[in-house]
Amino acid sequence: MATTEVERRRGQLAALSIAAVVIIVGVPLWWRTTETYRAWLPVNQINELANLQLQLSADVEVVFARGTVTPEQQKKVPTQVVISLCLFCSSPLEADLSLHTLSESPCGSLVVYVIPESSTLLPEDVDVYIGQRRTALLRIEQLLAHLEPRIKQVLQVMSFSHTDITAALSDRVRLSPGNKESIADSMRAFKSSPGYEITFSLLNPDPKSHRVHWDIEGAVQTYIQPLLTKLAPLANFSIDSQTLYYAMLGVNPRYDSSRSAYTLNSDSLAHVINPVEARLGSNAASSNPVLNFLLYVPDAHHSPLHIHDHKKQEVLSNAFHSPRWGGIMVYNVNGFYGPEAVFPVDININMAKVMGVFLAQLRLLLGVQSSAPPPGFLVAPCSSTGLADWELDRLMWSRTVENVATATTTITSLAQLLDQIGNIVINDNIAQQVSSAVTSLQLAVAELEAGNLGFALQYSKEAILASERAFFDPSLLHLLYFPDDQKFAIYIPLFLPMCVPILLSLLKIVSEARQKRRERQAKKD
Amino acid sequence: IFFFYSIHLLHTADNAGQFFSSGHTNNWAVLVCTSRFWFNYRHVANTLSVYRSVKRLGIPDSHIVLMLADDMACNHRNPKPATVFSHKNMELNVYGDDVEVDYRGYEVTVENFLRVLTGRLPPSTPRSKRLLSDDRSNILIYLTGHGGNGFLKFQDSEEISNVELADAFEQMWQKRRYNELLFIIDTCQGASMYERFYSPNLMALASSQVGEDSLSHQPDLAIGVHLMDRYTFYLLEFLEDIHPASKTNMNDLFKVCPKSQCVSTPGHRTDLFLRDPGSVLITDFFGSVRKVEITMETINLTDPIKQVEQRKYSYVDQLPVSEIIHQKPKQKDWHPPDGFILGLWTLILLVFFKLYGMKHLKHIF
Repeated sequence: MATTEVERRRGQLAALSIAAVVIIVGVPLWWRTTETYRAWLPVNQINELANLQLQLSADVEVVFARGTVTPEQQKKVPTQVVISLCLFCSSPLEADLSLHTLSESPCGSLVVYVIPESSTLLPEDVDVYIGQRRTALLRIEQLLAHLEPRIKQVLQVMSFSHTDITAALSDRVRLSPGNKESIADSMRAFKSSPGYEITFSLLNPDPKSHRVHWDIEGAVQTYIQPLLTKLAPLANFSIDSQTLYYAMLGVNPRYDSSRSAYTLNSDSLAHVINPVEARLGSNAASSNPVLNFLLYVPDAHHSPLHIHDHKKQEVLSNAFHSPRWGGIMVYNVNGFYGPEAVFPVDININMAKVMGVFLAQLRLLLGVQSSAPPPGFLVAPCSSTGLADWELDRLMWSRTVENVATATTTITSLAQLLDQIGNIVINDNIAQQVSSAVTSLQLAVAELEAGNLGFALQYSKEAILASERAFFDPSLLHLLYFPDDQKFAIYIPLFLPMCVPILLSLLKIVSEARQKRRERQAKKD
Repeated sequence: IFFFYSIHLLHTADNAGQFFSSGHTNNWAVLVCTSRFWFNYRHVANTLSVYRSVKRLGIPDSHIVLMLADDMACNHRNPKPATVFSHKNMELNVYGDDVEVDYRGYEVTVENFLRVLTGRLPPSTPRSKRLLSDDRSNILIYLTGHGGNGFLKFQDSEEISNVELADAFEQMWQKRRYNELLFIIDTCQGASMYERFYSPNLMALASSQVGEDSLSHQPDLAIGVHLMDRYTFYLLEFLEDIHPASKTNMNDLFKVCPKSQCVSTPGHRTDLFLRDPGSVLITDFFGSVRKVEITMETINLTDPIKQVEQRKYSYVDQLPVSEIIHQKPKQKDWHPPDGFILGLWTLILLVFFKLYGMKHLKHIF
């Protein structure tokens, strides 16, 4: 009897110890080994970023010329009086140039020179002259009360306005209406990107008649490169060029006998691009957006070729552009040779004219706004680089805001995604990219508040690079959706054979103990 | 002066107006055939006929990601090599002269498909294998193959579920990788694949409802297999009538292949789409009609051209080769060898019963 008792005791002990090992050692071990590695992310800071409030400030220096303020007003308003201002210069352009010798204003700031009403510097109907650099000449009446709204108006033209900023945030606040023109601007211009590729292509459909030469290298160095060097803080640019022979436009132009020329009307322009695009190559190594500029020399049988707008009038530039793609210009060469010329004719293209058009298109496609200034404003003509300093500032403001908005959206959606899907592995490099993106964003917002546009743009670019790298890291693939029934199907054959004996033996122990207790109770009674 | 001003206003409003009819500036297409083996000829023919229509209507190869799981045109069993027909009696060869397949054969996997959609490709992936869409792109996604309730089978070895697809689209939306997306699926029980979508601006069409099978159209006795599926056959017929300037809208697309022709009931889903389907043109997704603006301003350049001195040319270092070569190998999850678990438990049980004898069996059970 004793042996069976001992054996039974031993059996119970074995069952209990197995159960103990399984629960105390096995379950935690299984939990740890099936855990996914998730590095720490600054979730609190990311949530703060989600409620980001952007504050933009621009430094404006107002300089009063002699004769604009009376001595009493001078005491009230903190001003800086210019001693000599070329009020008798013949044109505002000269005055502007002479003012540049005074000081160099940093990126993002403005200087407004207020000149008296009696000055003859500006023509009759013009109150404000906007210079090529960051200066403006403002003429007001004696009352200083009008000063503030006028300066606000100048700021809206030269720096940023509410509509510009809303348009820059257009992918976050898509559904709000806003100004239609600024939304059209945002659809036309390329999105902010760390680099762009520009390709110039010469299309010669008729090499038998025309042997076309273009000095593209020189033209790019002289005309395009200065603009791109000025835009260097915004993005990297890489330029290439090619010549395509026997490349036709996909549309047949119609002959207009009244003008004795072939015409392309505006409706058919939309179908020109697709057949040509298939033949344009692109630099396959980078994923940067490509801007294509095509110069089409019509063949001898279809010359001259003019583009007509909606009102059937000839377009002066003979060029058109497509949003987020590039531009096409038609260059007629029939004027260069007579009817008795020997084919093929050598033709040298006037690159200044061509680059004038391409430069204007490039400005539009890169986001330099083209809206007309308000009445009473006179804008200085374009400098040789093709971009005024204040236009660059405007572009930098909107790009910085766009970068900050995009980086914030990327980081917050990444955090949300990683939170929702518990099975994704978060490596250390992703966590590091996210942290650096968050830090750069915070710095960019601080610099925007302080008004340091250059630093703000730099930080926003770093933020965007880091956030894109983190979001698009190849290791974040969520091929890890495990529906519950699949999880059961995997674990049951592993754990059920083990758990059933343990559970049953535990139950048996419990029922025996209960029975013994009942017997003891019965014995007592 | 007032008159002049109002005309100017009209002109700019007109210009801005044409932008707002659809809101997109470029088009992309992702066309996927998920089945391999010769008897699934019809799935490759389906995908190639949509590819052909999309190219004909203007989308260039650089904007199409074509994934074909098997090569039917050069298959050993093809009696007419280098052709893939969509009509019996070999009327229409959809393979054509200039097919550009981006993912071929075993490269068509669920992982690659999701990587293309979400953009999480390794840095060495060439441009032609990427979906480089932006927030103003309209994307057409066409899937065909064998499917079931809530899943689509890839290569006869793995499957993608409707939840994963919906999550992928949500990630695309979060990163603003599309403006509007049209999703067409031609499989059995195709409607189950779009049930779980929850991102905005998605429109979906399927060839059959849950519980129904999509049927194939007609076999060709010379080739020996079914050439097309019914839904895509009638879709191709519908698309052949569309040209780049046509104004047909989506409501006509929903009527393609009614139950009398298709035997299954095609379904569609438009509740997530913001615009009214009647105002959406077919060419908004299947074609690539560009918006154009006349260039009004030019810049007057007066400087003479500088002479550029002759430079030595060298190849640009285009790829970070050192980074790619020294990448760490992908970590594969460790799995215990096959049969290990079974063997382990057998061993444990044998040892237990050997040690204590069979009579202990009654203590356990």
